[in-house]
Amino acid sequence: MSRAGETVRSGFARGGIELRHTFTTSMDVWNYLLPAAILTVVMIFMRDSTVEGTSFSLGSVTMPGALGVTIAFGGLSTLVQVLTIEREDGTLLRAKAIPNGMVGYLIGKIVLVSGMTAVGFTILLVPGLMLFDGFALGLGSWLTLAWVAVLGLAATLPIGAILGSLFANPRNAGLGMLVVMGLVAVSGVFYPLASYPEWLRWIGQSFPIYWTGLGMRSALLPDELAMVEIGQSWRHLETVGVLAAWTVAGMIVAPAVLRRMARRESGSSVAARRERALRRIT
Amino acid sequence: MTQIDDEPVIDVRDLRMRYGSTDVLAGVTFSARRGEVLGLLGPNGAGKTTTIEILEGFRVRSGGHVAVLGVDPAHGDETWRAGIGVVLQSWRDHAKWRVRELLAHIGSYYAPYSTANHVRPWDVDELVHTVGLDAAARTKVTRLSGGQRRRLDVAIGIVGRPDVLFLDEPTAGFDPAARREFHELVHRLADDDTTILLTTHDLDEAEKLADRILVLAGGTIIADGSVDELSRRTSTQAEVRWTEGGRRFVHATNEPERFVRDLFRQHGDAVAHLEVRRASLEDAYMTMVRQFEDGRGDAAVRRFAEVAR
Repeated sequence: MSRAGETVRSGFARGGIELRHTFTTSMDVWNYLLPAAILTVVMIFMRDSTVEGTSFSLGSVTMPGALGVTIAFGGLSTLVQVLTIEREDGTLLRAKAIPNGMVGYLIGKIVLVSGMTAVGFTILLVPGLMLFDGFALGLGSWLTLAWVAVLGLAATLPIGAILGSLFANPRNAGLGMLVVMGLVAVSGVFYPLASYPEWLRWIGQSFPIYWTGLGMRSALLPDELAMVEIGQSWRHLETVGVLAAWTVAGMIVAPAVLRRMARRESGSSVAARRERALRRIT
Repeated sequence: MTQIDDEPVIDVRDLRMRYGSTDVLAGVTFSARRGEVLGLLGPNGAGKTTTIEILEGFRVRSGGHVAVLGVDPAHGDETWRAGIGVVLQSWRDHAKWRVRELLAHIGSYYAPYSTANHVRPWDVDELVHTVGLDAAARTKVTRLSGGQRRRLDVAIGIVGRPDVLFLDEPTAGFDPAARREFHELVHRLADDDTTILLTTHDLDEAEKLADRILVLAGGTIIADGSVDELSRRTSTQAEVRWTEGGRRFVHATNEPERFVRDLFRQHGDAVAHLEVRRASLEDAYMTMVRQFEDGRGDAAVRRFAEVAR
Protein backbone atom coordinates (compact mmCIF):
# COMPACT_ATOMS: atom_id res chain seq x y z
CA MET A 1 0.00 0.00 0.00
CA SER A 2 1.19 3.53 -0.68
CA ARG A 3 2.30 5.76 2.17
CA ALA A 4 -0.78 7.95 1.74
CA GLY A 5 -2.95 4.83 1.85
CA GLU A 6 -1.27 3.69 5.06
CA THR A 7 -1.89 7.08 6.64
CA VAL A 8 -5.57 7.01 5.69
CA ARG A 9 -5.81 3.52 7.14
CA SER A 10 -4.13 4.61 10.39
CA GLY A 11 -6.50 7.58 10.54
CA PHE A 12 -9.56 5.38 10.10
CA ALA A 13 -8.20 2.97 12.71
CA ARG A 14 -7.80 5.87 15.12
CA GLY A 15 -11.37 7.05 14.53
CA GLY A 16 -12.70 3.51 14.94
CA ILE A 17 -10.82 2.87 18.17
CA GLU A 18 -11.87 6.20 19.67
CA LEU A 19 -15.49 5.64 18.63
CA ARG A 20 -15.40 2.27 20.39
CA HIS A 21 -14.01 4.02 23.48
CA THR A 22 -17.07 6.28 23.60
CA PHE A 23 -19.35 3.26 24.04
CA THR A 24 -17.55 2.15 27.19
CA THR A 25 -17.06 5.60 28.76
CA SER A 26 -20.03 6.55 30.93
CA MET A 27 -19.60 10.28 30.23
CA ASP A 28 -19.81 9.68 26.47
CA VAL A 29 -22.80 7.36 26.76
CA TRP A 30 -24.51 10.05 28.82
CA ASN A 31 -23.72 12.63 26.12
CA TYR A 32 -25.31 10.37 23.52
CA LEU A 33 -28.50 9.78 25.49
CA LEU A 34 -29.15 13.10 27.20
CA PRO A 35 -29.73 15.34 24.14
CA ALA A 36 -31.84 12.66 22.47
CA ALA A 37 -33.90 12.26 25.64
CA ILE A 38 -34.43 16.01 26.07
CA LEU A 39 -35.38 16.52 22.42
CA THR A 40 -37.75 13.54 22.50
CA VAL A 41 -39.50 14.80 25.64
CA VAL A 42 -39.86 18.29 24.14
CA MET A 43 -41.37 16.78 21.00
CA ILE A 44 -43.77 14.64 23.01
CA PHE A 45 -45.10 17.82 24.60
CA MET A 46 -45.51 19.34 21.13
CA ARG A 47 -47.33 16.28 19.83
CA ASP A 48 -50.85 17.53 20.55
CA SER A 49 -50.38 20.92 18.91
CA THR A 50 -50.76 21.16 15.18
CA VAL A 51 -48.96 23.03 12.46
CA GLU A 52 -50.87 26.26 11.71
CA GLY A 53 -53.47 25.77 9.01
CA THR A 54 -53.13 21.97 9.00
CA SER A 55 -54.08 19.06 11.23
CA PHE A 56 -50.49 17.84 11.24
CA SER A 57 -48.81 17.19 14.61
CA LEU A 58 -46.16 19.75 15.55
CA GLY A 59 -44.14 16.97 17.19
CA SER A 60 -43.83 15.10 13.90
CA VAL A 61 -42.65 18.28 12.15
CA THR A 62 -40.09 19.07 14.82
CA MET A 63 -38.54 15.59 14.83
CA PRO A 64 -36.86 15.83 11.40
CA GLY A 65 -35.67 19.32 12.26
CA ALA A 66 -34.12 17.99 15.46
CA LEU A 67 -32.32 15.38 13.32
CA GLY A 68 -30.95 18.22 11.21
CA VAL A 69 -29.74 20.03 14.31
CA THR A 70 -28.08 16.82 15.54
CA ILE A 71 -26.09 16.66 12.30
CA ALA A 72 -25.06 20.30 12.24
CA PHE A 73 -24.44 20.50 15.96
CA GLY A 74 -22.37 17.31 15.86
CA GLY A 75 -20.22 18.70 13.07
CA LEU A 76 -19.83 22.12 14.65
CA SER A 77 -19.48 21.54 18.36
CA THR A 78 -17.84 18.13 18.74
CA LEU A 79 -14.78 19.09 16.76
CA VAL A 80 -14.47 22.45 18.55
CA GLN A 81 -14.43 20.70 21.91
CA VAL A 82 -12.14 17.87 20.84
CA LEU A 83 -9.59 20.18 19.22
CA THR A 84 -9.35 22.64 22.10
CA ILE A 85 -9.16 19.89 24.74
CA GLU A 86 -6.63 17.78 22.85
CA ARG A 87 -4.46 20.74 22.09
CA GLU A 88 -4.31 21.52 25.79
CA ASP A 89 -3.58 17.96 26.89
CA GLY A 90 -0.86 17.34 24.30
CA THR A 91 -2.61 14.80 22.07
CA LEU A 92 -2.02 17.06 19.09
CA LEU A 93 1.65 17.47 19.86
CA ARG A 94 2.02 13.70 19.95
CA ALA A 95 0.42 13.55 16.52
CA LYS A 96 2.84 16.19 15.30
CA ALA A 97 5.82 14.15 16.52
CA ILE A 98 4.99 11.12 14.36
CA PRO A 99 5.25 10.90 10.56
CA ASN A 100 1.96 11.90 8.89
CA GLY A 101 0.56 12.07 12.40
CA MET A 102 -1.43 15.28 11.90
CA VAL A 103 -3.15 13.97 8.76
CA GLY A 104 -3.92 10.70 10.52
CA TYR A 105 -5.17 12.59 13.55
CA LEU A 106 -7.50 14.72 11.45
CA ILE A 107 -8.88 11.75 9.52
CA GLY A 108 -9.38 10.00 12.83
CA LYS A 109 -11.32 12.94 14.22
CA ILE A 110 -13.51 13.20 11.13
CA VAL A 111 -14.31 9.49 11.43
CA LEU A 112 -14.90 9.82 15.17
CA VAL A 113 -17.16 12.86 14.92
CA SER A 114 -19.10 11.39 11.99
CA GLY A 115 -19.54 8.16 13.93
CA MET A 116 -20.62 9.92 17.11
CA THR A 117 -23.06 12.08 15.14
CA ALA A 118 -24.47 8.99 13.42
CA VAL A 119 -25.02 7.35 16.81
CA GLY A 120 -26.76 10.45 18.21
CA PHE A 121 -28.80 10.67 15.02
CA THR A 122 -29.95 7.05 15.26
CA ILE A 123 -30.83 7.35 18.95
CA LEU A 124 -33.13 10.22 18.03
CA LEU A 125 -34.47 8.75 14.77
CA VAL A 126 -35.55 5.29 15.87
CA PRO A 127 -37.74 6.25 18.87
CA GLY A 128 -38.97 9.28 16.91
CA LEU A 129 -40.30 7.13 14.08
CA MET A 130 -42.10 4.95 16.61
CA LEU A 131 -43.53 7.77 18.75
CA PHE A 132 -44.79 10.09 16.06
CA ASP A 133 -46.87 9.46 12.98
CA GLY A 134 -47.65 11.11 9.72
CA PHE A 135 -44.24 10.51 8.11
CA ALA A 136 -44.09 9.71 4.41
CA LEU A 137 -41.39 7.07 4.19
CA GLY A 138 -40.09 5.47 1.06
CA LEU A 139 -36.79 4.73 -0.65
CA GLY A 140 -36.54 8.40 -1.56
CA SER A 141 -36.82 9.41 2.11
CA TRP A 142 -33.78 7.37 3.06
CA LEU A 143 -31.76 8.62 0.10
CA THR A 144 -32.57 12.24 0.96
CA LEU A 145 -31.83 11.56 4.60
CA ALA A 146 -28.42 10.18 3.60
CA TRP A 147 -27.32 13.00 1.33
CA VAL A 148 -28.52 15.73 3.65
CA ALA A 149 -26.66 14.05 6.53
CA VAL A 150 -23.41 13.65 4.56
CA LEU A 151 -23.53 17.12 3.05
CA GLY A 152 -24.54 18.62 6.40
CA LEU A 153 -21.51 17.07 8.09
CA ALA A 154 -19.23 18.12 5.24
CA ALA A 155 -20.46 21.70 5.60
CA THR A 156 -20.13 21.89 9.37
CA LEU A 157 -17.00 19.81 10.17
CA PRO A 158 -14.56 22.33 8.62
CA ILE A 159 -16.25 25.18 10.53
CA GLY A 160 -15.81 23.16 13.71
CA ALA A 161 -12.15 22.59 12.87
CA ILE A 162 -11.61 26.32 12.25
CA LEU A 163 -13.31 27.39 15.49
CA GLY A 164 -11.48 24.66 17.39
CA SER A 165 -8.14 25.93 16.08
CA LEU A 166 -8.86 29.53 16.96
CA PHE A 167 -9.87 29.09 20.59
CA ALA A 168 -6.77 28.68 22.73
CA ASN A 169 -8.43 26.84 25.60
CA PRO A 170 -11.58 24.82 26.28
CA ARG A 171 -13.04 27.56 28.47
CA ASN A 172 -13.09 30.09 25.61
CA ALA A 173 -14.60 27.46 23.36
CA GLY A 174 -17.69 27.75 25.56
CA LEU A 175 -18.23 31.17 23.99
CA GLY A 176 -18.22 29.60 20.56
CA MET A 177 -20.82 27.15 21.79
CA LEU A 178 -23.09 30.07 22.75
CA VAL A 179 -22.92 31.36 19.17
CA VAL A 180 -23.80 27.91 17.87
CA MET A 181 -26.76 27.78 20.28
CA GLY A 182 -27.91 31.14 18.93
CA LEU A 183 -27.77 29.76 15.41
CA VAL A 184 -29.87 26.78 16.49
CA ALA A 185 -32.45 29.23 17.86
CA VAL A 186 -32.79 30.99 14.48
CA SER A 187 -32.61 27.75 12.50
CA GLY A 188 -36.38 27.32 12.27
CA VAL A 189 -36.27 23.88 13.84
CA PHE A 190 -38.36 24.60 16.89
CA TYR A 191 -40.31 27.49 15.45
CA PRO A 192 -40.96 27.92 11.73
CA LEU A 193 -38.61 30.43 10.17
CA ALA A 194 -41.41 31.67 7.90
CA SER A 195 -42.94 33.55 10.83
CA TYR A 196 -39.69 35.30 11.84
CA PRO A 197 -38.89 38.92 10.93
CA GLU A 198 -37.20 39.28 7.57
CA TRP A 199 -33.67 39.98 8.91
CA LEU A 200 -33.68 36.99 11.29
CA ARG A 201 -34.85 34.82 8.42
CA TRP A 202 -31.84 35.85 6.40
CA ILE A 203 -29.45 35.12 9.25
CA GLY A 204 -31.05 31.71 9.77
CA GLN A 205 -30.85 30.90 6.10
CA SER A 206 -27.19 31.84 5.75
CA PHE A 207 -26.06 29.07 8.08
CA PRO A 208 -26.07 25.30 7.52
CA ILE A 209 -28.34 24.40 10.46
CA TYR A 210 -31.50 25.71 8.79
CA TRP A 211 -30.75 23.74 5.65
CA THR A 212 -29.97 20.44 7.35
CA GLY A 213 -33.30 20.84 9.23
CA LEU A 214 -35.17 21.65 6.03
CA GLY A 215 -33.49 18.74 4.23
CA MET A 216 -34.51 16.31 6.97
CA ARG A 217 -38.10 17.59 6.90
CA SER A 218 -38.17 17.10 3.14
CA ALA A 219 -36.96 13.54 3.61
CA LEU A 220 -39.49 12.44 6.22
CA LEU A 221 -42.57 14.62 5.85
CA PRO A 222 -45.31 14.44 3.21
CA ASP A 223 -44.91 16.94 0.39
CA GLU A 224 -48.03 18.98 1.38
CA LEU A 225 -46.07 20.29 4.35
CA ALA A 226 -43.64 22.06 2.04
CA MET A 227 -46.40 24.69 1.86
CA VAL A 228 -45.50 26.04 5.32
CA GLU A 229 -41.82 26.47 4.41
CA ILE A 230 -40.30 29.63 2.96
CA GLY A 231 -41.08 29.67 -0.76
CA GLN A 232 -43.66 26.90 -0.30
CA SER A 233 -41.05 24.38 -1.44
CA TRP A 234 -38.44 21.96 0.01
CA ARG A 235 -35.86 23.93 -2.03
CA HIS A 236 -33.47 21.00 -2.57
CA LEU A 237 -31.43 22.98 -5.07
CA GLU A 238 -30.85 25.79 -2.57
CA THR A 239 -30.09 23.25 0.16
CA VAL A 240 -27.37 21.65 -1.95
CA GLY A 241 -26.12 25.09 -2.98
CA VAL A 242 -25.78 26.55 0.53
CA LEU A 243 -24.34 23.37 2.10
CA ALA A 244 -21.90 22.90 -0.78
CA ALA A 245 -20.82 26.55 -0.54
CA TRP A 246 -20.07 26.12 3.17
CA THR A 247 -18.23 22.88 2.43
CA VAL A 248 -16.03 24.47 -0.22
CA ALA A 249 -15.34 27.59 1.85
CA GLY A 250 -14.50 25.42 4.84
CA MET A 251 -12.20 23.16 2.85
CA ILE A 252 -10.31 26.19 1.57
CA VAL A 253 -9.92 27.93 4.93
CA ALA A 254 -9.64 25.00 7.35
CA PRO A 255 -6.33 23.48 6.16
CA ALA A 256 -4.53 26.82 6.47
CA VAL A 257 -5.95 27.48 9.94
CA LEU A 258 -5.18 23.94 11.08
CA ARG A 259 -1.62 24.18 9.77
CA ARG A 260 -1.09 27.49 11.51
CA MET A 261 -2.42 26.01 14.76
CA ALA A 262 -0.27 22.88 14.42
CA ARG A 263 2.86 24.88 13.66
CA ARG A 264 2.61 26.57 17.05
CA GLU A 265 2.50 23.34 19.02
CA SER A 266 5.61 22.43 20.96
CA GLY A 267 6.48 20.80 24.24
CA SER A 268 6.82 24.14 25.98
CA SER A 269 3.54 25.52 24.64
CA VAL A 270 1.73 22.42 25.95
CA ALA A 271 3.58 22.71 29.26
CA ALA A 272 2.56 26.37 29.56
CA ARG A 273 -1.07 25.49 28.90
CA ARG A 274 -0.86 22.67 31.43
CA GLU A 275 0.46 25.15 34.02
CA ARG A 276 -2.43 27.50 33.33
CA ALA A 277 -4.97 24.69 33.49
CA LEU A 278 -3.59 23.39 36.77
CA ARG A 279 -3.72 26.90 38.24
CA ARG A 280 -7.39 27.08 37.26
CA ILE A 281 -8.09 23.82 39.06
CA THR A 282 -6.33 24.65 42.32
CA MET B 1 17.82 8.79 3.85
CA THR B 2 21.48 8.45 3.02
CA GLN B 3 23.65 9.09 6.02
CA ILE B 4 27.38 8.89 5.61
CA ASP B 5 28.82 7.38 8.76
CA ASP B 6 31.31 10.05 9.71
CA GLU B 7 28.91 12.87 8.96
CA PRO B 8 27.51 14.16 12.26
CA VAL B 9 23.92 13.10 13.02
CA ILE B 10 23.31 16.40 14.78
CA ASP B 11 25.19 19.44 13.56
CA VAL B 12 24.54 22.82 15.16
CA ARG B 13 26.58 25.88 14.31
CA ASP B 14 26.08 29.37 15.71
CA LEU B 15 22.43 28.68 16.57
CA ARG B 16 20.59 31.82 17.62
CA MET B 17 17.18 32.34 19.14
CA ARG B 18 15.73 35.67 20.04
CA TYR B 19 12.39 36.34 21.72
CA GLY B 20 11.56 40.01 21.34
CA SER B 21 14.73 41.73 22.45
CA THR B 22 16.07 38.85 24.54
CA ASP B 23 18.71 36.53 23.12
CA VAL B 24 17.97 33.11 24.58
CA LEU B 25 20.56 31.41 22.40
CA ALA B 26 23.49 33.52 21.27
CA GLY B 27 25.57 31.25 19.09
CA VAL B 28 25.29 27.62 20.18
CA THR B 29 27.66 25.20 18.46
CA PHE B 30 27.95 21.44 18.91
CA SER B 31 27.61 18.18 17.02
CA ALA B 32 26.87 14.53 17.72
CA ARG B 33 28.15 11.38 16.02
CA ARG B 34 26.10 8.27 15.35
CA GLY B 35 25.32 6.33 18.52
CA GLU B 36 26.59 9.08 20.78
CA VAL B 37 24.69 10.08 23.93
CA LEU B 38 24.84 13.80 24.60
CA GLY B 39 23.76 15.34 27.86
CA LEU B 40 22.69 18.96 27.53
CA LEU B 41 23.10 20.48 30.96
CA GLY B 42 22.37 23.90 32.28
CA PRO B 43 20.50 25.97 34.83
CA ASN B 44 16.76 26.49 34.41
CA GLY B 45 16.01 29.06 31.76
CA ALA B 46 19.34 28.57 30.01
CA GLY B 47 17.62 27.58 26.75
CA LYS B 48 17.87 23.77 26.90
CA THR B 49 14.24 23.22 25.95
CA THR B 50 14.41 25.87 23.24
CA THR B 51 17.46 24.17 21.74
CA ILE B 52 15.89 20.73 21.77
CA GLU B 53 12.61 22.02 20.30
CA ILE B 54 14.48 23.64 17.42
CA LEU B 55 16.23 20.33 16.72
CA GLU B 56 12.88 18.48 16.90
CA GLY B 57 11.49 20.84 14.27
CA PHE B 58 8.85 22.22 16.66
CA ARG B 59 10.29 25.70 16.84
CA VAL B 60 11.76 27.98 14.20
CA ARG B 61 15.17 29.44 15.03
CA SER B 62 16.21 33.04 14.55
CA GLY B 63 19.55 32.21 12.94
CA GLY B 64 22.46 29.84 12.50
CA HIS B 65 22.91 26.44 10.88
CA VAL B 66 21.11 23.32 12.14
CA ALA B 67 21.10 19.86 10.57
CA VAL B 68 19.63 16.69 12.07
CA LEU B 69 20.17 13.54 9.97
CA GLY B 70 21.52 15.88 7.33
CA VAL B 71 18.28 17.88 7.08
CA ASP B 72 17.27 21.30 8.39
CA PRO B 73 14.54 20.50 10.98
CA ALA B 74 12.58 23.58 9.91
CA HIS B 75 12.07 21.90 6.52
CA GLY B 76 12.04 18.23 7.53
CA ASP B 77 9.52 16.10 5.61
CA GLU B 78 7.65 13.04 6.89
CA THR B 79 10.48 10.67 5.96
CA TRP B 80 12.80 12.76 8.09
CA ARG B 81 10.20 12.81 10.85
CA ALA B 82 10.11 8.99 10.82
CA GLY B 83 13.78 8.96 11.84
CA ILE B 84 13.22 11.29 14.79
CA GLY B 85 12.01 10.13 18.18
CA VAL B 86 10.65 12.64 20.67
CA VAL B 87 9.88 11.78 24.27
CA LEU B 88 7.19 14.15 25.43
CA GLN B 89 5.92 14.72 28.94
CA SER B 90 2.43 13.33 28.92
CA TRP B 91 -0.31 14.73 31.03
CA ARG B 92 -3.79 13.39 30.35
CA ASP B 93 -3.76 12.77 26.60
CA HIS B 94 -5.13 9.50 25.21
CA ALA B 95 -6.77 8.86 28.57
CA LYS B 96 -9.23 6.29 27.22
CA TRP B 97 -6.62 4.29 25.27
CA ARG B 98 -5.00 1.18 26.57
CA VAL B 99 -1.19 0.98 26.63
CA ARG B 100 -0.71 -1.74 24.04
CA GLU B 101 -3.48 -0.39 21.82
CA LEU B 102 -1.91 3.09 21.76
CA LEU B 103 1.61 1.83 21.02
CA ALA B 104 0.36 -0.42 18.22
CA HIS B 105 -1.57 2.48 16.71
CA ILE B 106 1.27 5.00 16.84
CA GLY B 107 3.64 2.33 15.52
CA SER B 108 1.44 1.86 12.45
CA TYR B 109 2.45 5.31 11.18
CA TYR B 110 6.08 4.16 10.95
CA ALA B 111 5.43 0.97 9.00
CA PRO B 112 5.65 2.70 5.57
CA TYR B 113 9.17 3.88 6.46
CA SER B 114 10.47 0.41 7.25
CA THR B 115 13.44 -0.89 5.26
CA ALA B 116 15.27 -4.20 5.16
CA ASN B 117 18.13 -3.00 7.42
CA HIS B 118 16.01 -0.76 9.58
CA VAL B 119 12.73 -2.38 10.53
CA ARG B 120 10.06 0.00 11.85
CA PRO B 121 8.08 0.02 14.05
CA TRP B 122 9.25 -1.86 17.11
CA ASP B 123 7.29 -5.06 17.77
CA VAL B 124 4.62 -3.94 20.26
CA ASP B 125 4.92 -6.79 22.74
CA GLU B 126 8.69 -6.57 22.70
CA LEU B 127 8.51 -2.82 23.26
CA VAL B 128 6.01 -3.16 26.10
CA HIS B 129 8.37 -5.64 27.69
CA THR B 130 11.45 -3.49 27.08
CA VAL B 131 10.00 -0.53 28.95
CA GLY B 132 8.66 -2.82 31.69
CA LEU B 133 4.96 -2.28 31.11
CA ASP B 134 3.97 -5.96 30.60
CA ALA B 135 1.62 -5.96 33.56
CA ALA B 136 0.01 -2.71 32.42
CA ALA B 137 -0.33 -3.57 28.71
CA ARG B 138 -4.11 -3.66 28.89
CA THR B 139 -4.48 -0.83 31.40
CA LYS B 140 -6.11 2.44 30.39
CA VAL B 141 -3.60 5.27 30.17
CA THR B 142 -5.56 7.30 32.72
CA ARG B 143 -5.09 4.56 35.32
CA LEU B 144 -1.28 4.40 35.01
CA SER B 145 0.92 5.56 37.86
CA GLY B 146 3.24 8.51 37.27
CA GLY B 147 6.24 6.24 36.70
CA GLN B 148 4.30 4.00 34.31
CA ARG B 149 3.19 7.05 32.34
CA ARG B 150 6.77 8.17 31.88
CA ARG B 151 7.69 4.69 30.65
CA LEU B 152 4.84 4.95 28.19
CA ASP B 153 6.17 8.34 27.09
CA VAL B 154 9.55 6.76 26.42
CA ALA B 155 7.93 3.83 24.59
CA ILE B 156 5.99 6.24 22.35
CA GLY B 157 9.22 8.11 21.63
CA ILE B 158 11.05 4.99 20.50
CA VAL B 159 8.24 2.95 18.90
CA GLY B 160 9.43 4.01 15.42
CA ARG B 161 13.01 2.87 16.15
CA PRO B 162 14.36 6.39 15.62
CA ASP B 163 17.88 7.22 14.45
CA VAL B 164 17.89 10.23 16.75
CA LEU B 165 16.09 10.43 20.07
CA PHE B 166 15.35 13.65 21.95
CA LEU B 167 14.54 13.56 25.63
CA ASP B 168 13.70 16.70 27.57
CA GLU B 169 14.12 16.10 31.31
CA PRO B 170 13.38 12.40 30.87
CA THR B 171 13.55 11.25 34.47
CA ALA B 172 11.67 14.09 36.16
CA GLY B 173 9.39 12.37 38.67
CA PHE B 174 11.13 8.96 38.50
CA ASP B 175 11.84 7.00 41.65
CA PRO B 176 15.41 5.65 42.00
CA ALA B 177 14.52 2.17 40.70
CA ALA B 178 12.72 3.54 37.64
CA ARG B 179 15.65 5.89 37.07
CA ARG B 180 18.12 3.01 37.03
CA GLU B 181 15.95 1.00 34.61
CA PHE B 182 15.64 4.03 32.40
CA HIS B 183 19.41 4.47 32.35
CA GLU B 184 19.79 0.86 31.22
CA LEU B 185 17.30 1.45 28.44
CA VAL B 186 19.19 4.51 27.21
CA HIS B 187 22.43 2.51 27.12
CA ARG B 188 20.73 -0.26 25.17
CA LEU B 189 19.39 2.22 22.62
CA ALA B 190 22.81 3.81 22.23
CA ASP B 191 24.31 0.36 21.64
CA ASP B 192 21.85 0.01 18.75
CA ASP B 193 23.42 3.14 17.20
CA THR B 194 20.64 5.50 18.25
CA THR B 195 21.98 9.01 18.72
CA ILE B 196 20.52 10.50 21.87
CA LEU B 197 20.30 14.09 23.06
CA LEU B 198 18.87 14.54 26.53
CA THR B 199 18.49 17.58 28.70
CA THR B 200 18.78 17.50 32.44
CA HIS B 201 19.80 19.82 35.22
CA ASP B 202 21.18 16.90 37.18
CA LEU B 203 24.91 16.47 36.62
CA ASP B 204 24.87 13.08 38.28
CA GLU B 205 22.37 11.83 35.73
CA ALA B 206 24.27 13.33 32.82
CA GLU B 207 27.39 11.64 34.14
CA LYS B 208 25.70 8.22 34.21
CA LEU B 209 24.09 8.52 30.80
CA ALA B 210 26.07 10.73 28.53
CA ASP B 211 29.24 10.05 26.57
CA ARG B 212 29.66 13.77 26.34
CA ILE B 213 28.32 16.68 28.36
CA LEU B 214 27.44 20.08 27.01
CA VAL B 215 26.87 22.86 29.50
CA LEU B 216 24.54 25.53 28.17
CA ALA B 217 24.48 28.83 30.01
CA GLY B 218 24.32 32.45 29.08
CA GLY B 219 23.09 31.48 25.62
CA THR B 220 26.18 29.53 24.59
CA ILE B 221 27.86 26.20 25.21
CA ILE B 222 30.40 26.96 27.91
CA ALA B 223 31.76 23.45 28.33
CA ASP B 224 31.86 20.46 25.98
CA GLY B 225 33.57 17.17 26.76
CA SER B 226 33.39 13.87 28.59
CA VAL B 227 32.84 13.92 32.34
CA ASP B 228 36.49 12.90 32.86
CA GLU B 229 37.79 15.68 30.68
CA LEU B 230 35.64 18.28 32.36
CA SER B 231 36.54 16.98 35.82
CA ARG B 232 40.23 17.17 35.14
CA ARG B 233 39.87 20.71 33.85
CA THR B 234 37.83 21.97 36.78
CA SER B 235 39.65 20.17 39.57
CA THR B 236 42.77 22.29 39.90
CA GLN B 237 41.90 23.44 43.41
CA ALA B 238 42.08 21.02 46.30
CA GLU B 239 41.15 21.16 49.94
CA VAL B 240 43.48 19.58 52.50
CA ARG B 241 42.05 18.71 55.91
CA TRP B 242 43.91 17.24 58.87
CA THR B 243 44.06 17.28 62.66
CA GLU B 244 47.06 18.07 64.75
CA GLY B 245 47.06 17.82 68.53
CA GLY B 246 43.26 17.51 68.54
CA ARG B 247 42.75 20.64 66.42
CA ARG B 248 41.23 20.56 62.91
CA PHE B 249 42.87 22.38 60.01
CA VAL B 250 41.68 23.17 56.48
CA HIS B 251 43.85 24.54 53.72
CA ALA B 252 43.02 25.26 50.07
CA THR B 253 45.81 24.88 47.54
CA ASN B 254 46.58 24.47 43.89
CA GLU B 255 49.47 22.10 44.65
CA PRO B 256 48.20 19.61 47.22
CA GLU B 257 51.09 17.14 46.71
CA ARG B 258 53.71 19.69 47.65
CA PHE B 259 51.65 21.04 50.54
CA VAL B 260 51.21 17.58 52.06
CA ARG B 261 54.92 16.76 51.66
CA ASP B 262 55.81 19.97 53.50
CA LEU B 263 53.18 19.26 56.13
CA PHE B 264 54.72 15.89 57.00
CA ARG B 265 58.23 17.26 56.87
CA GLN B 266 57.30 19.89 59.47
CA HIS B 267 54.98 17.95 61.78
CA GLY B 268 55.67 14.28 61.06
CA ASP B 269 53.51 11.86 63.03
CA ALA B 270 51.55 14.65 64.70
CA VAL B 271 49.46 14.90 61.52
CA ALA B 272 46.32 12.72 61.68
CA HIS B 273 43.03 12.27 59.78
CA LEU B 274 44.54 13.58 56.57
CA GLU B 275 42.08 14.19 53.75
CA VAL B 276 42.74 15.67 50.29
CA ARG B 277 39.65 16.60 48.35
CA ARG B 278 39.72 17.95 44.83
CA ALA B 279 36.83 20.27 43.88
CA SER B 280 34.71 18.05 41.66
CA LEU B 281 33.03 18.98 38.41
CA GLU B 282 29.83 18.89 40.38
CA ASP B 283 31.07 21.51 42.85
CA ALA B 284 32.09 23.80 40.03
CA TYR B 285 28.83 23.18 38.19
CA MET B 286 26.65 23.67 41.24
CA THR B 287 28.37 26.93 42.13
CA MET B 288 27.80 28.14 38.59
CA VAL B 289 24.12 27.12 38.59
CA ARG B 290 23.49 28.73 41.98
CA GLN B 291 25.03 32.00 40.92
CA PHE B 292 23.27 31.88 37.57
CA GLU B 293 19.90 31.39 39.22
CA ASP B 294 20.65 34.17 41.72
CA GLY B 295 20.88 36.52 38.75
CA ARG B 296 24.66 36.76 38.82
CA GLY B 297 24.66 34.81 35.59
CA ASP B 298 27.36 36.45 33.53
CA ALA B 299 30.08 36.37 36.12
CA ALA B 300 29.26 32.79 37.11
CA VAL B 301 29.30 31.60 33.54
CA ARG B 302 32.60 33.31 32.85
CA ARG B 303 34.21 31.78 35.89
CA PHE B 304 32.94 28.29 35.07
CA ALA B 305 33.93 28.67 31.45
CA GLU B 306 37.44 29.62 32.55
CA VAL B 307 37.97 26.56 34.69
CA ALA B 308 36.25 24.21 32.25
CA ARG B 309 38.22 25.31 29.25
